[in-house]
Amino acid sequence: MNQFVDAIDFIFSERESPAGGARVGGLAKMWELTWEHLQLSAASIAIACAIAIPLGLWLGHTGRGGFLAINASNVGRAVPSLALIAFFVAYIGVGFTNLTLALVLLAIPPILTNAYTGVRQVDRDSVDSARGMGMTGAQVVRRVELPLALPLIFGGLRISAVNVVATATIAPLAGVVTLGDPIINVNTYGDDGRLAAALVVALLAVVTELVLGAVQRAVTPRGLKLEGGGRWRRLAVAMPHNRREAPT
Amino acid sequence: MSPLLAQVEIHQRTQDSCVSDNGLCPSWIVDNFDRYVDPFFQHVLLTVVAMAIGFVISFSLALVAYRRRWLINPVTQVTGVLYTIPSIAAFFLLLPITGRGFLTATIALVSYVLLIIFRNVLTGLDNVPEETKDAGRGMGLTDRQLLWRVEVPLALPEIMAGLRIAATTTVGLATLAFFAGAGGLGEQIFADINFKSNVVTAGGLAVALAAVLDGAILLTQRAITPWTRAAASR
Repeated sequence: MNQFVDAIDFIFSERESPAGGARVGGLAKMWELTWEHLQLSAASIAIACAIAIPLGLWLGHTGRGGFLAINASNVGRAVPSLALIAFFVAYIGVGFTNLTLALVLLAIPPILTNAYTGVRQVDRDSVDSARGMGMTGAQVVRRVELPLALPLIFGGLRISAVNVVATATIAPLAGVVTLGDPIINVNTYGDDGRLAAALVVALLAVVTELVLGAVQRAVTPRGLKLEGGGRWRRLAVAMPHNRREAPT
Repeated sequence: MSPLLAQVEIHQRTQDSCVSDNGLCPSWIVDNFDRYVDPFFQHVLLTVVAMAIGFVISFSLALVAYRRRWLINPVTQVTGVLYTIPSIAAFFLLLPITGRGFLTATIALVSYVLLIIFRNVLTGLDNVPEETKDAGRGMGLTDRQLLWRVEVPLALPEIMAGLRIAATTTVGLATLAFFAGAGGLGEQIFADINFKSNVVTAGGLAVALAAVLDGAILLTQRAITPWTRAAASR
């Protein structure tokens, strides 16, 4: 347990690096690493959303490309994140932009699959009545399908965000100094620094999950909430692959 | 061996210009394939052991929670936190308690698959139609017989789907197990991350392993649930 006390001490008090020379630890230095970690993660998630949500909505609306949308996350899961980053380092290069691109690729599949599934599971009667009221295709997407698909889209976003925050830990391999730096360059930071970084990364992932979970509940349309658990149970029966995608 | 030492141990670079340019060199891959064999089997072992332990724990938890519904929320919350903690952080959080090596890596990998399998087993059991259960009860099955002869078999497609997700995810996470000192293909990737031949071979083996495990579980599912095919072809 002493090691955990030392690690927490590392977060709050600066000291000389065990390798000599540089100063490491302390709130200011830890915040620098955390800020870089957050910037990298937020940029990747934002770009992934900008690509995957419209694409998923469109594929779901037209009913085209279902095979692609469903299997995107299966394929994405099979490529280890370390292998993906190593591939980028070896073939494309290091640095913030290249790494963001790699993390975007990592983040797209769950969002895409969930956006597609989210639109497909919208009650066909709701879509038909929206059309009957004279809504155009774009209006149906924006006013009916998107709101009803939001809970699942946020489900995908949560999975991606946690995964990206976790993977940003190995970013120093690609030359971006995130919270993974004390983990990868343990000689500079020492064992306390490494454990401290692991603690902060774990905390960051859990907070990401909790915040996005709260947002997900906030954006769930009232109609879906009022019907309570029974509705989701029935959806799960109708579309078993919904559930299969959810925990990944 | 620490990751840093591994990085220093550069692969035997010959005078070949393709190799010294960090290129993708088929002849180097063929000549040096042996160095990937042991890490590959370490990777297989890590994945299979973590899956087996994770399955036993989460399957048992799901069976208990299926009868005692109040357990579902606490189990989901605890396994949810374990699932959320990045495995690379988990390795180092466990280090002061369990030390470097296979045990630490396995604990972290097991904690990651619990939620996936637990949810799928429970969903599978919950999706068994009430009429089917009634028919079973009508034939005089006890609760225990009903569970093993009706509910679990009918939940198999969902359970196996959970295992497939868990398998591919575990193969991916096991590439980070070298941080816990447990070897695996990730150690090879990390040892020379700029060398295309190395990255493609080690990464490719990991992807292939995930695909093979996924396919194997799918084939097993087809074999043990022949009725799903009969229903589909009707």
